[in-house]
Amino acid sequence: MSSKPQTLFDKLWASHRIGSAGDGADLIAIDRILLHERTGGVALKMLAETGHAVHAPSRVFAIMDHIVSYRADRAADDARSPGGEVFIRETRNMAQYAGIHLIDSNDPRQGIVHVIAPELGIAIPGASLVCPDSHTCSLGALGALAWGIGSSEAEHAMATGALRVNPPPQMRITIHGELPEGTGAKDLALHIIAQHGASGGKRCAVEYAGSTVENLSVEERLTLCNLAVEFSAFTAIIRPDDKVFEYVEGRPFSPAQEYAHRAAEQWMALETDEHAEFDYELSIDASQVVPLVSWGTSPAQSSAIHTPISQKADSRAMAYMGLEPGAPLAGLRIDGAFIGSCTNGRLSDLRSAAKILAGQKVASHVHAVCVPGSQQVKRQAEAEGLDIIFKSAGFEWGAPGCAMCFYAGGITFPPDARVISSTNRNFEGRQGPRVRTHLASPATVAASAVAGMIAQSESSKPEIDA
Amino acid sequence: MKRTPFIRHSGKIAVLPVDNIDTDQIIPSREMKTVGRTGLADGLFAGWRYVSADDRTPNPDFVLNDPEHSDATILVAGENFGCGSSREHAVWALFEYGIRVIIARSFGDIFFNNCLRNGILPIRLSPEKTDRIMALTRDTTFVIDLPEQQLHFGDSAVRFDISAYGKRLLVEGLDPIDLTLKSFEQIRHFHREDETLRPWIYRAVH
Repeated sequence: MSSKPQTLFDKLWASHRIGSAGDGADLIAIDRILLHERTGGVALKMLAETGHAVHAPSRVFAIMDHIVSYRADRAADDARSPGGEVFIRETRNMAQYAGIHLIDSNDPRQGIVHVIAPELGIAIPGASLVCPDSHTCSLGALGALAWGIGSSEAEHAMATGALRVNPPPQMRITIHGELPEGTGAKDLALHIIAQHGASGGKRCAVEYAGSTVENLSVEERLTLCNLAVEFSAFTAIIRPDDKVFEYVEGRPFSPAQEYAHRAAEQWMALETDEHAEFDYELSIDASQVVPLVSWGTSPAQSSAIHTPISQKADSRAMAYMGLEPGAPLAGLRIDGAFIGSCTNGRLSDLRSAAKILAGQKVASHVHAVCVPGSQQVKRQAEAEGLDIIFKSAGFEWGAPGCAMCFYAGGITFPPDARVISSTNRNFEGRQGPRVRTHLASPATVAASAVAGMIAQSESSKPEIDA
Repeated sequence: MKRTPFIRHSGKIAVLPVDNIDTDQIIPSREMKTVGRTGLADGLFAGWRYVSADDRTPNPDFVLNDPEHSDATILVAGENFGCGSSREHAVWALFEYGIRVIIARSFGDIFFNNCLRNGILPIRLSPEKTDRIMALTRDTTFVIDLPEQQLHFGDSAVRFDISAYGKRLLVEGLDPIDLTLKSFEQIRHFHREDETLRPWIYRAVH
């Protein structure tokens, strides 16, 4: 009797399934828990107060990223939100008390949790990872079972080493074709969400497959998976391949040399079997992707910049964004530009923006900020001279963290400011009260910052204007 | 930590007829001011509830500022309520404000789980039923009977679904950690076996 063909997700699930937890749910073993200072301190404190110990402290990591100041000369306790220091101090104290790993504000390994987890080898193929942050789905790019949870679920995972989870339905999104010049993983992700809606992921574990995905770099895959939660997916995963195995090798928390061979053997088997069945299948033609910019207050409300916004567009979103239907996004005057975040704060993102910024100046009325996703990204970018390009163009060059991706109080863009941003959420007030966020790729953000209005880079302009 | 059991609840509704109400709207990050689960009710829906970020003058257009809705304990919303950021503060703020039940066409996954763990009953209803409830007058009293899974209003009764586990957490006011720790031997056993298969997960984490 042959066994039923399994999906990649089935295999990851089965290898972590402790048993049934009743009522259709399973008890799933958690290999790595990531915390950040916004909720980590609370979770650790509650755990201590309720008398629960951290089950495996060597597999828990507290990282400062959410509200640390992004000023280049920040001190370890400096927060970007008023009163935020207490979150940083409390998380540090509680992490030390619990004996978990602490990656503090100015640690050379510090950065946005979803940027440093791969960098440090904390996220590896076949591992289960949770973090009280919805963008934890990014880490599925390495073939890990990773998803975002609430902070009391983080307490649960720390206290028990497991979580009770209902197996999600499964969707495969197969992507073929070549991404046109000037487009990237961000445009591809927005394209999928714009086509299928913000609820299109139907709470599924989404496997991204197909030749286009195989051709993406590990960093681009992280960007693609990052936006899965904006698509209402439970999480995203990609089959780990040689690119991933090479990427993971030799990182501080990657499998020690003595296990490398055995680990690789197991990781090679992490793929969807032929004839495995999914609850949903979508197919995407990457050659149809164009540089996209969001016009509304959901990532699904994105379009090509020269396309007039539909007359049927959501009126509440249009009013918030100060837009009229029928007009295109191109040429809209912007006040701010931000490059960074767990979506697009990696070295390849900064390179693609720097290519456009080299020898150029940001328009004088635009407040432009670039915050590398991690200390390592920052060091590498500086070694390549990218910081000089950003600064000469008129960008502020900040210290790693989530920075302007979300407003936490403190300094931000003024109300009604129009901001083009390489981040993941354009919700009302996300970057500040009444701030109007337009999501785009780092290249589009850079081109727009220079133009002083929403624009796309030269290389991505269609040869013939239709 | 044991919580107050949720068995029956009666209260009035406030309708937020909008889809995709994300947790940034429920509680903006700037309103999360203390390292704890309290002191959040003032920040609930801050972006909509007050005229501006600095001025706490109530915005008269917001439903919870309408005197006839100020005692509402049941929110009714459209699709994908609680999507976005995983911040549990959204649920803590709702609870502290006095909200006990949320009726919506669908919910963000993480938010839904957070509700069950914090004494709020999330009820998913079909678009037709949600619309019917949205159209009701504001003084209609709702009675929710969780053990029976029934929602009563006026002359109507609607049955709702909830997982047996979620129901148990709410009705018994249980702490999920304590429940899972009952299986701790099973978890340890799994870890010991798994360690022989995947030692790199358990060892050499420096």
